[in-house]
Amino acid sequence: MMHNVKLLRKYTRGRNKTGETEKKKKNQRIPRQKMVEQDPNVRKTNFLEVPEGYTPEIAKLEASRCLQCEKPLCIEGCPVNIDIPRFLRLILEEKYQEAIFLVKRDNLLPGICGRVCPQETQCEGKCILGKKWEPLAIGNLERFIADWERENQIKACPDCQAPNFIKVALIGSGPASLTCAGELLIGGYDVTVFEAFHTGGGVLVYGIPEFRLPKDIVREEIETLKMLGCKVEYNKIIGKILTFEDLKEQGFKAFFIGVGAGLPILMRVPGVNLNGILSANEFLTRANLMKAYNFPKYDTPIKVGKIVTVIGGGNVALDSARVALRLGADKVIVVYRRSEVEMPARKAEYHHAMEEGIEFQFLTNPVRFLGDSNGNVSQMEVINMQLGEPDDSGRRRPIPIDGSEYKIETDTIIIAIGARANPILTKSIPELKLNKWGYIETDENGKTNLEGIYAGGDIVTGSATVISAMGAGKKAAAEIDKYLTAKYLSETT
Amino acid sequence: MPYKILEKRELGDSGIIFEMVLETPLIAEKAHAGNFILLRINETGERFPMTIADFDREKGTITIVLQIVGKSTKLLSYQQVGDTILDVVGPLGNRIHTKKYDYPIVVIGGGIGIAPCYPQAKELKEVGNKVISIIGARNKGLLFWRGKMRTVSDELIICTDDGSEGIKGVVTEPLKDLLKREKLSAVIAIGPLIMMKYVALTTNGSEGLPRVKTYVSLNTIMVDGTGMCGSCRFPTINGEIYFACVDGPDVDGHTVDFDNLLIRAKRFLEQESESSACYDAQCKALEKIYEGEK
Repeated sequence: MMHNVKLLRKYTRGRNKTGETEKKKKNQRIPRQKMVEQDPNVRKTNFLEVPEGYTPEIAKLEASRCLQCEKPLCIEGCPVNIDIPRFLRLILEEKYQEAIFLVKRDNLLPGICGRVCPQETQCEGKCILGKKWEPLAIGNLERFIADWERENQIKACPDCQAPNFIKVALIGSGPASLTCAGELLIGGYDVTVFEAFHTGGGVLVYGIPEFRLPKDIVREEIETLKMLGCKVEYNKIIGKILTFEDLKEQGFKAFFIGVGAGLPILMRVPGVNLNGILSANEFLTRANLMKAYNFPKYDTPIKVGKIVTVIGGGNVALDSARVALRLGADKVIVVYRRSEVEMPARKAEYHHAMEEGIEFQFLTNPVRFLGDSNGNVSQMEVINMQLGEPDDSGRRRPIPIDGSEYKIETDTIIIAIGARANPILTKSIPELKLNKWGYIETDENGKTNLEGIYAGGDIVTGSATVISAMGAGKKAAAEIDKYLTAKYLSETT
Repeated sequence: MPYKILEKRELGDSGIIFEMVLETPLIAEKAHAGNFILLRINETGERFPMTIADFDREKGTITIVLQIVGKSTKLLSYQQVGDTILDVVGPLGNRIHTKKYDYPIVVIGGGIGIAPCYPQAKELKEVGNKVISIIGARNKGLLFWRGKMRTVSDELIICTDDGSEGIKGVVTEPLKDLLKREKLSAVIAIGPLIMMKYVALTTNGSEGLPRVKTYVSLNTIMVDGTGMCGSCRFPTINGEIYFACVDGPDVDGHTVDFDNLLIRAKRFLEQESESSACYDAQCKALEKIYEGEK
């Protein structure tokens, strides 16, 4: 730490005197600052957050590495286009309050994004420092500034326009809806979010585990929206308790559908209905939303065997594996049909999982599940795969190698191979145009084929990331604003 | 917004079955026979399904009937009039397909399954069907809603395993007689899995009896009730996988793989008894404290 502070002093002192080349050289000397993390052997027994976050000193040191590019590529890489260089400069100048205001202008959920965005493929992936050195830790700094705000009880809120009393309904309370809500609230709209569960956040609360995203943070970011006047109606499944027609009768003038892709895909593999085989959705919902990790204090049960196998290679697979480990599994194996390179999971989480002792079997795919006489799964037969030509996703297609089958002993299998669109809502609006997979068809701004109805996030794109859903929510909000302004607020009418 | 319990009464004399009327105007407005709700009693509670056994759109209420089987149902049974339930979600699941059939419909309710039968019999009767109801239980003390069922049935047959009331025997006995007696359009069976399995076997045309379309109502283990988790999944005999919460709860009884469901129902047996034991111990400890105060 002392060393770092010294470095910082040295750097900030020289900052005004040195020229551009000198500055670049200095930057190279400061390595990318890591967050202090819970020891893997300790954290695999608890649900507390893994990294502890930057201290102000470290944050400033990291922020000082920014080259303040004239044409910052990082902003392009950010789906919600946060003015990254400026907010880093404000951190460096210790103007934290200004920094959080600046970030919140583009992103009302920085505490969430700083933790779960795949920065390596977005802002940090574009960072010029990364070409030769390590990219700036933008995500960590975003988290730092959000944590600073929470610790200091600032609750920064951008200024809202005067209320215009136009009612907008948002279906679902995941990242797409919350972002859309934030934008519309700032625009002065009367926003109501309808959520099926008893708590808000969608995938942020049922999917992403506590140790990766503490639920208090989600709750506080929703509180911020409520401070801006957002209403949240829990336990309301639109399409069941209320239809779009009902909402129109209640005076809602525009709608945003952000219901996510919540339907689990189960494998068409013999034995899939044995006990002990479940979807990642079920496993994570029990553990995260229903707090089954606190059973029997919480009533929702969860069952984890001695050897848990997780099928899949995305964040959901890794989250499931790490939850299983924390729930007491002796051994957790992630089985993925492609190789390490194609794995879509966030790199930081992959490393965390490795550190915690999760085993990975790449180029492996299940063929059938075998059970004991009580109907419980006991083994999984798998086949080795090799990579062929790239498929539609651009990744090399896995092809089974004949005769390479073998068995893995396992008593719990979690299937995390993706999700589909949930038809409950879309079935209730038959005129809404869907694609062949049941996802809603929209233009690039989230406009559907029906007037006043917009959609974004996984219900449009299929399973993607939190931040891309947020980007879609933001775009849709702008479009909704345009539509409502033209229809109800324009001076000429 | 918590949901208030407006009425509560014990049914039968077993001490384990209760009827509750909940104040849920929006759900009552949209409820139909076949729909269910999910409840979470308090902050630490689990989400569990209950069929909407009756509803009153004008009063804005729904009725549920519960039988104590584990911790959650026990906790629910301890709630009194005026208490609230933290979360109630619904109406979930598909409503039954109600139409005028050519021949009578047989509605079979076993044990606690009598409750969900009532709205179905009622809806079918309202559109002009001849409804023959069979209600059964292990013994007389576990039977309830005889009067209510009579008002929505053209004929009501009562049976108990021990013969303490009505016909001595299981519900498939009078069903067989009916199948022999007259042509039927459909059979609806709601009750324990094993009962539904045997009803489906009785009506599938294999026992020298006519094959009759049979619907069963699946009350599987659920978490979200919206098709999100797959906890309630059930395979058909053809290997297709369906979700009781969104594809059901009422499904074609002749396609259900009951043997798999009987195994799936035992998924959390261990945890369920642990939870129950824990709760009983807590209750005992509380009782002691109260006694001490006295």
